[in-house]
Amino acid sequence: MRYFLRKFGFYAVAAWMALTLNFFLPRLIPGNPVEILLAKMSQSGPTPPGEAKALSAMLGLGHGNIVVQYVDYLGALAQGKLGISVTNFPEPVVNILASTLPWTIVLVGVSTVLSFVIGIGLGALAGWRRRGLVDALIPTTTFLTALPYFWLALLLLYLLAVVIRVFPLDGGYSPNNLPGLNLGFLASAVYHSVLPALTIVISSVGGWLLGMRNMTVTTLAEDYVVAAEAKGLSPRRILVRYAARNAVLPSFTGFAISLGFVVSGSILMEYVFSYPGIGFELLQAVQNDDYPLMQGIFLVISFAVLGANLITDLVYGFVDPRTRQET
Amino acid sequence: MAVSNQPTSPLQPSEPLLAGAAVGSRAQLAGRVVGKGRWAGAWLQSPRLVVGLLLLMVFVVTGIVGPLVVVHPNAFVGPLLAPPSSHFLLGTTQTGQAVLAQLVVSTGGSLEVGFAAGAIATCVSILVGVGGGFLGGRLDEVLALFTNVVLVIPALPLIIIIAAYVHTGGEGAVILVIALTSWAAAARVLRSQTLSVRNRDYVLAARVSGERSWRIVLVEILPNELAVVVSQFIFTVIFAVLTQAGLAFLGLASTNSLTWGTMLYYAENDQALSAGAWWWFVPPGLCIALLGTSLALVNFGLDEVLNPRLRVRGRGGFWSQRLERRERRP
Repeated sequence: MRYFLRKFGFYAVAAWMALTLNFFLPRLIPGNPVEILLAKMSQSGPTPPGEAKALSAMLGLGHGNIVVQYVDYLGALAQGKLGISVTNFPEPVVNILASTLPWTIVLVGVSTVLSFVIGIGLGALAGWRRRGLVDALIPTTTFLTALPYFWLALLLLYLLAVVIRVFPLDGGYSPNNLPGLNLGFLASAVYHSVLPALTIVISSVGGWLLGMRNMTVTTLAEDYVVAAEAKGLSPRRILVRYAARNAVLPSFTGFAISLGFVVSGSILMEYVFSYPGIGFELLQAVQNDDYPLMQGIFLVISFAVLGANLITDLVYGFVDPRTRQET
Repeated sequence: MAVSNQPTSPLQPSEPLLAGAAVGSRAQLAGRVVGKGRWAGAWLQSPRLVVGLLLLMVFVVTGIVGPLVVVHPNAFVGPLLAPPSSHFLLGTTQTGQAVLAQLVVSTGGSLEVGFAAGAIATCVSILVGVGGGFLGGRLDEVLALFTNVVLVIPALPLIIIIAAYVHTGGEGAVILVIALTSWAAAARVLRSQTLSVRNRDYVLAARVSGERSWRIVLVEILPNELAVVVSQFIFTVIFAVLTQAGLAFLGLASTNSLTWGTMLYYAENDQALSAGAWWWFVPPGLCIALLGTSLALVNFGLDEVLNPRLRVRGRGGFWSQRLERRERRP
């Protein structure tokens, strides 16, 4: 129980720090961001009354001293007031987040799990047959991990959409199939997500593979594996039930750090594919100096990553009882 | 190097370094002790280290000498979007500049950002990691918590937003932002390392004999963590080069200095992809990946050379491998 409380405490602190960081960030903007934003908005149409106040609260730049501003800012966030987007005026930021986040979560989620499973499987094999063919993968995976996500995306796009026209050039679905729960749209979405998913899997599988291989090699030297061998258990059973099961644990802890990398990489990847996810939206916001949208997206990405990490930690606590005893 | 100076037996397993693999059985370990005299030649016996260092040397030399050899990267040399030929080894860009010249000049720019950001981040991580781990107590707890939080907050979105807000786009600003978001992983490793070194006998002896704290850290602790510091530095350089490339690709880094990321930015903006000009966007990405690979190889290689447990493995000839396998699976 203590383990879980500590984890909750840690992520509460992390979330609070993300919020506070987000509060201080707009101070880096030269000039008066609220005025700049209002001027921009008024070009696109009438701004709703009270928007100036909401904006300054949300950016943490309202009246009063910094403590008052901070309280106002937290209050605005607590009510879910993230302001209005300049890029998609007058759409509230919350709506934009709600429509783009699912794309990223499904894409990044599915491809991360795929990459994890493939990497762990191959890694265990590579550790088991150390000088076999699978182990020749190691230098290759080192190279793959060093590949920049966006460049790999460019390369895949060039090879599989320009040279050989197998996959679509950009977007998340075909314009003929509007989003909805029908087969045509789902098929089109899956078809459009193949290249983006491939990018993530290729560039992240190496890390899992390498870590799992090294842990398998270490675990195979443990006494309980030798005991299992002495009992005459089949090699397959030893690998799966004795070695791999224990070797996979550190990979779970590595999940936290790697998830941040995957999410970061997917921002650039979405940009290359013009994929309608939150990363692409962030870059559009950057190009239009859309401060409220940028603030909102940073918060959502941070919270999503923190949430995923919390879940991993909780699962890890169930899987490995030893972590719960650690003080 | 660092580990061999330890006043313990050379067989004393050093703290597991990052790659953390261990050898098969203890018997082999004892049977193939590498004597101290062979330390000098040891690095030659890790092919990974040799290949990595050679590759790295090529990049560094290119970065320093290259700009003196090639034409100015922005000079107009002739045909637009010409494919590679004997005249233009890597073809030309949309606006008629030699891709090879740009690639060579970019090498220096990318290396500069990578190593500068890596150096700053390593200094911060030593301060936070070793400082916290050594001093202990409340301060250490706070620093460790802070480190772990920085570690889980995704770096790239933060860097993108800061770059977009600051708007200066100077190279210094980019280096600083990358450095200040990438020190946490190294700090965590260094802290745990310091916690284990802190209570070893020779550190306690130094303390009892009245050495000052800063001297204990600099003379007793840091030299023993040199391997970890170097390996973390290399990881941070890889991260910094990749991050800078991403930022530059988005047009958020300095456009004054040419880097591989800037090249990719121009290639993407000038439709190199749909024009089929692979010679424009393939080489910069390949260079980034090769630089990353060379640094990673140096890291693995150093691990092999400095960590006795890893060293025995991987150098066995054909027969010792057979034996090892037979021993493992009767």
